[in-house]
Amino acid sequence: MSTVVNIVIYGVIMGGVYGLIAMGLTLQYGVGKILNVSHGEFLMLSAMTSCTLVKAGLHPLLSFLICLPAAFIIGFIINITIYRYLRKVSKDEATFESNAMLMSFGLYFILANIGLKIWGTLSKSYQYYSYPVKILGATIAVNRLIILAIAIIFIVAFFIFLNKTRIGKSIRATSQSTTAAAMMGVKINRTMAICFGTGGLLAAAAGVLIGMALSPTAQVGLSNTVIALIVVVLGGMGSIPGAVLGGLLIGLVGQAVSFIDSSLVMVANYLMVLILLLLRPKGLLGR
Amino acid sequence: MIYKFNFRKDVQYIVVAAVVIFFAFVPLFGSTYTLTLSSTIMMYIVMSLSWSMFSGPTGYISLASGAFVGLGFYASGFLSSSLPLPMLMLVGGLVSFALAAIIGAVTLRLRGVYFTIFTFCLVELVKAVMTWYEIMIVRKRGLNVRNFGTDTAFYAMLVMVAITLIVVVVIKQSRFGMALTGIGESEDAASHIGIHTTRTKVFGFAISAFLMGTVGAVRATMLHHIDPGSSFNMMFSFLPVLMCVFGGMKTFLGPIIGAAVFAILQYSLITEMPQIYMIIFGAIMILAILFMPTGIVGVYERVINRIKKGKSKKGGTDDANA
Amino acid sequence: MPMLEATGISKAFGGLAAVSKVDISVNEGEILGLIGPNGAGKTTLFNLISGAIQMDSGTAVFEGKRISGMKPYQICRLGIGRSFQAAKNFDGMPVHQNVLMGALFGKKGQSAANASKIVDEVLDFVNLNELRDKMVHDIPLASQKRLEVARALATRPKLLLLDEMMAGLNPSEVGEAMELVTKIRDSGITIIMIEHVMKAIMKICDRIVVLHHGAKIAEGAPQEIAANKTVIEVYLGEC
Repeated sequence: MSTVVNIVIYGVIMGGVYGLIAMGLTLQYGVGKILNVSHGEFLMLSAMTSCTLVKAGLHPLLSFLICLPAAFIIGFIINITIYRYLRKVSKDEATFESNAMLMSFGLYFILANIGLKIWGTLSKSYQYYSYPVKILGATIAVNRLIILAIAIIFIVAFFIFLNKTRIGKSIRATSQSTTAAAMMGVKINRTMAICFGTGGLLAAAAGVLIGMALSPTAQVGLSNTVIALIVVVLGGMGSIPGAVLGGLLIGLVGQAVSFIDSSLVMVANYLMVLILLLLRPKGLLGR
Repeated sequence: MIYKFNFRKDVQYIVVAAVVIFFAFVPLFGSTYTLTLSSTIMMYIVMSLSWSMFSGPTGYISLASGAFVGLGFYASGFLSSSLPLPMLMLVGGLVSFALAAIIGAVTLRLRGVYFTIFTFCLVELVKAVMTWYEIMIVRKRGLNVRNFGTDTAFYAMLVMVAITLIVVVVIKQSRFGMALTGIGESEDAASHIGIHTTRTKVFGFAISAFLMGTVGAVRATMLHHIDPGSSFNMMFSFLPVLMCVFGGMKTFLGPIIGAAVFAILQYSLITEMPQIYMIIFGAIMILAILFMPTGIVGVYERVINRIKKGKSKKGGTDDANA
Repeated sequence: MPMLEATGISKAFGGLAAVSKVDISVNEGEILGLIGPNGAGKTTLFNLISGAIQMDSGTAVFEGKRISGMKPYQICRLGIGRSFQAAKNFDGMPVHQNVLMGALFGKKGQSAANASKIVDEVLDFVNLNELRDKMVHDIPLASQKRLEVARALATRPKLLLLDEMMAGLNPSEVGEAMELVTKIRDSGITIIMIEHVMKAIMKICDRIVVLHHGAKIAEGAPQEIAANKTVIEVYLGEC
């Protein structure tokens, strides 16, 4: 019984983190039509930077204040420079989409190797509330619960941002129709850049969370990008609620499979989504 | 189809064929360094041509090359002590063909972005499976691979280059090649004039995977020891794309030139600056997409056209672009 | 028996009914017009017949064979060809090669020699022979639209679906297009045409079907349709 509680709780915790990552990715694709395969590298850079800063004396929660704005600014600048230029010279939407994805592939190589150059292959970690606590018969480390709490805060905050703020509404309008949004006065280019930056910010948030308890290395980017992609396909490309729901499902399934054999988790996820594509290509909540 | 010899277009085939024949004699006088560098160039030529053979005309961008090359590595890894090199290459090719056919059958009936996503994840997936197998089942990390000699590996690569060149040229002139191009130009129109689009795409993808599997098998024999991390490597997915984008995706010479350029660059830079050269490659990819969408070959053609326009001052007719 | 008989065709997109319970049939040798305001579901109906999308309910039978559920390439091989609203020509290929594509793939196992002959015939038939070596973007719009029809003709269809073939053409080009459509019918091919150019529809169609909000609201000979009160309201309402 305690195993089941363990699986569920850890599943929800990881689900929260995956949901964060996936929201960022689906935002970038849903609005900007950019399939950003370098997404996980933003997570990695943030995770490694926060670990380095904390080991140098910074309080873990303060690392959010450094990593998140940095990620947003970097993402914003990347979008406003190379992606805006690409949009200008692309003759149609399909060309832009495939070239944008290829450019993010190049970006992945740049960012991943910057990480490797700075930190090598060793992992980094720090102790922060790492003692365990008993919940419903299962033993959970407190820092994991903190991760879940912060992930939920971010997810809720993001939903509020999308639904209640003006920028959020511009983003939603742009994702439905760029022409209609432009006619209503939305600054499309700036909105796209904000989306891309926000995507990076969400990845960075997940990165800090991972840095708290999961001993990241400079190589965690790729596997997290893969997970984010799987979650996004599962939840429905472009759907934010889908990203959260998908993240939760993948988190739970991942923990369940990991109980049987932890090396097969990725395979299980991949197969699950492959089968889903056969039956319902739009994903769970896709339009 | 009536074949007319057009010097401007067809001289490139003759030149390439001549170079291939020339290379057959290199082992007679070349140093080991030259042989290994040439083997790498040839492997990259096969990879870039196979990649562009499918992704070029159809526009379906595959990022799975690392999975297929890696499967070739492991075909040699598992069987090099019991099979001769040609058989290893065949096994590597067939396994890759099968995997590509399966993945293709599921994802190629959907929008292109799904295909790209699944091919991207495929490299990590196969790596995870192989790692699991090594940790859980055989409890030994990595495999030793028998070395058949530098000369043998060189000739194996050369043969694959020749085969790939022939396959590429034949497909380009064939009905199948026209179907691939039609799918890329307008998939709706293609399906409505009687092209079985899914089957065509799957077959094209699988052939391209086969070729990558064969050179992976050869490459492994040059390395003595392989493991999942170095075999199922994103670099193998990235390089063909980079080489084709840089060289010119939809041309014949583009991927070949791109392969040679980056093989040589990698060889020169890998010892001095292992991570930095990859950063440079990433930057080149971005710059090439933004500023050289038709690749080096496209730039060359534009320059030639401008020179020709300058020469024909009477405003006579231009040759149709090749 | 009608050549094509579609009954109870329905298709909804995310809750919105694009086509509702439409019955449509066409007899051999007819030119059937399909009209209706924008968004009435005409192109969707074509997509359902040609197999581009699957219908939610209903059946379509072509020459006795059930085609609902088949893929576009199968339906094409059975003998239904189509053109698209926004001409989907193969831009990277010259004109003759576009038509060659249709000839090569339109029927199973077409030989290259045969296909070549078909290309020459079709280019001649639609009057595109002088432009045969030009690239698609170098020929005028009217020719591009005719090229798409030519490619469809090269697949040797028995039924041809034309989607707004005359959109964007000036009056004399419309006249030429009308002649071509009649010529196609006279050569033995049945036609269903979606059009907004009323003069063309009225003049060359044998029968007309009117769609509105996805449902059929009228059907009959041109004069009947022209006098039909509901149709007039629907169109005047549009203006």
